[in-house]
Amino acid sequence: MPSTVIEVRNLSKRYGDRVAVQDVSFSVERGEIFGIVGPNGAGKTTTVECVEGLRAPDGGSISVLGLDPRSDGPALRRRVGAQLQESALPERMRVWEALDLYASFYREPADWRQLVRDLGLSDRRDARFGRLSGGEKQRLSIALALVGNPEIAVLDELTTGLDPHARRDTWHLIGQVRERGVTVVLVTHFMDEAERLCDRVAVIDRGRVVAIDSPAGLVSRVRSEQRVRFRPLAPMDDALLTALPQVTAVSRSGAQVVVTGTGDLLQAVASVLARNQIVAAELRVEQASLDDAFVAMTGREEERS
Amino acid sequence: MNAIPRLVLNELRLFLREPLAVLFAIAFAPVLITILGIAYPGRIEGFGGLRIVDLYLPIAIGMVLSLMALNSMPSVLAGYREHGVLRRLATTPVPPVALLAAQLAMSLLVAIVTTALLLAVGRLGFGVALPRNLAGFALALVLGAAALLGIGLVIAALAPSVRAAQGIGTVLFFPLLFFAGMWSPRPTMPDVVRHISDFTPLGAAVQALQDGSAGAWPQPLHVAVMAGYVLVFGLIAARAFRWQ
Repeated sequence: MPSTVIEVRNLSKRYGDRVAVQDVSFSVERGEIFGIVGPNGAGKTTTVECVEGLRAPDGGSISVLGLDPRSDGPALRRRVGAQLQESALPERMRVWEALDLYASFYREPADWRQLVRDLGLSDRRDARFGRLSGGEKQRLSIALALVGNPEIAVLDELTTGLDPHARRDTWHLIGQVRERGVTVVLVTHFMDEAERLCDRVAVIDRGRVVAIDSPAGLVSRVRSEQRVRFRPLAPMDDALLTALPQVTAVSRSGAQVVVTGTGDLLQAVASVLARNQIVAAELRVEQASLDDAFVAMTGREEERS
Repeated sequence: MNAIPRLVLNELRLFLREPLAVLFAIAFAPVLITILGIAYPGRIEGFGGLRIVDLYLPIAIGMVLSLMALNSMPSVLAGYREHGVLRRLATTPVPPVALLAAQLAMSLLVAIVTTALLLAVGRLGFGVALPRNLAGFALALVLGAAALLGIGLVIAALAPSVRAAQGIGTVLFFPLLFFAGMWSPRPTMPDVVRHISDFTPLGAAVQALQDGSAGAWPQPLHVAVMAGYVLVFGLIAARAFRWQ
């Protein structure tokens, strides 16, 4: 039986007239990586700030490890590590000083020297925060979120502003964090990140939860259709393909043939081509991604920052 | 939990890494006293046998208090807010107010150490007597520092950015130093100006330090003025301080 570590029910929060979050409910199980995705300004950060006890909700209830974030703040903060959207340390503070200081805030801190090694910061131990690269700052930020030996780590917009290489390294780190037995709540507006990392995802749009499911589950809700694209090196009659039961449509775009269909589409197309000795160049299969699912669910393109 | 001493140590370490701040807050006043002591060795007519260096020692201490409380501390705190340092701390078991307390303690510590340095320069370099009423002098120092730190906290609370904090601090620095007697020590001030000076935090502090040095207790008026600033500005800061 998985146990629930975070339970959010009917959360609402407004800033003046603007509704930031409305009737948001979800629960997070121990040991999973739970994603909260949505476009910028959808209410993701507000939601996790309420979970962390940094903001008071206007309505609804939140229970984190059985505690109320507002009234049991100090007890909660000993067990939940957070990484905030903007990294935040004095420019002149050195990496080891920050970890040593933050470790002193907790009763049973993790060994920060080990964290430094695990997060690949060993040769930056004595570097000042202001001199770190974006990726190094993020890694330090993760280390600070973990230095208190938390049961839950809330990571907000972890890879925004990182180069592709640093993003992949960070993804790898999140996997390691989960292996430590830490439950991870990951806030992101990158769908590929959520698809890659999360066990389950809550999609938030305009302050409301649109769907909660595994990334694969979300994708399959949207479209079971696939698309195969290739450039035939010999003339080809489209009828060869349209005759297949898996194919729903065949179209051409320039020299390329685009076949849409369902089921074992690629297998079917490939065997027809082989039988007719047509070589297919630039063969590609396109499947719906979480990106497509997101667009379908929210009815608009993901905003990319 | 030993978080507060750690935070104070950290603030001190960060402060000492800012060469310009250290130069101004710690070195400037002793250098000033040394120059004045060498340039004007004689006694001045009509000031009870005081020399320039005797008159300026409490003023130099007042200057150190202002530098720490009005220039250094508010911009550090405004920076902590601007860069989310306070917010980051809010996610740990240690509340951001602890960092505020650490910054206050560190500023007070630096002011006390620099004051000791000034007294040592005065005593060893120019034979200025150590405060004859040490308790009275210490009271004046701590109350004066608290009054200025209270004002500094209000600056930190209201300034929307580091630049604004620096600007407000500098704008306040000069008039306060004027009433402290930087350009015309209190005994040489016209009566009206001296009466105004009595009600300014630094004017009251400098006179109270002078009284302590001379062996007296600070006058009730000056104690009340300083305590009033502590109370009023402390309350305003407590109400107005924004953590993010």
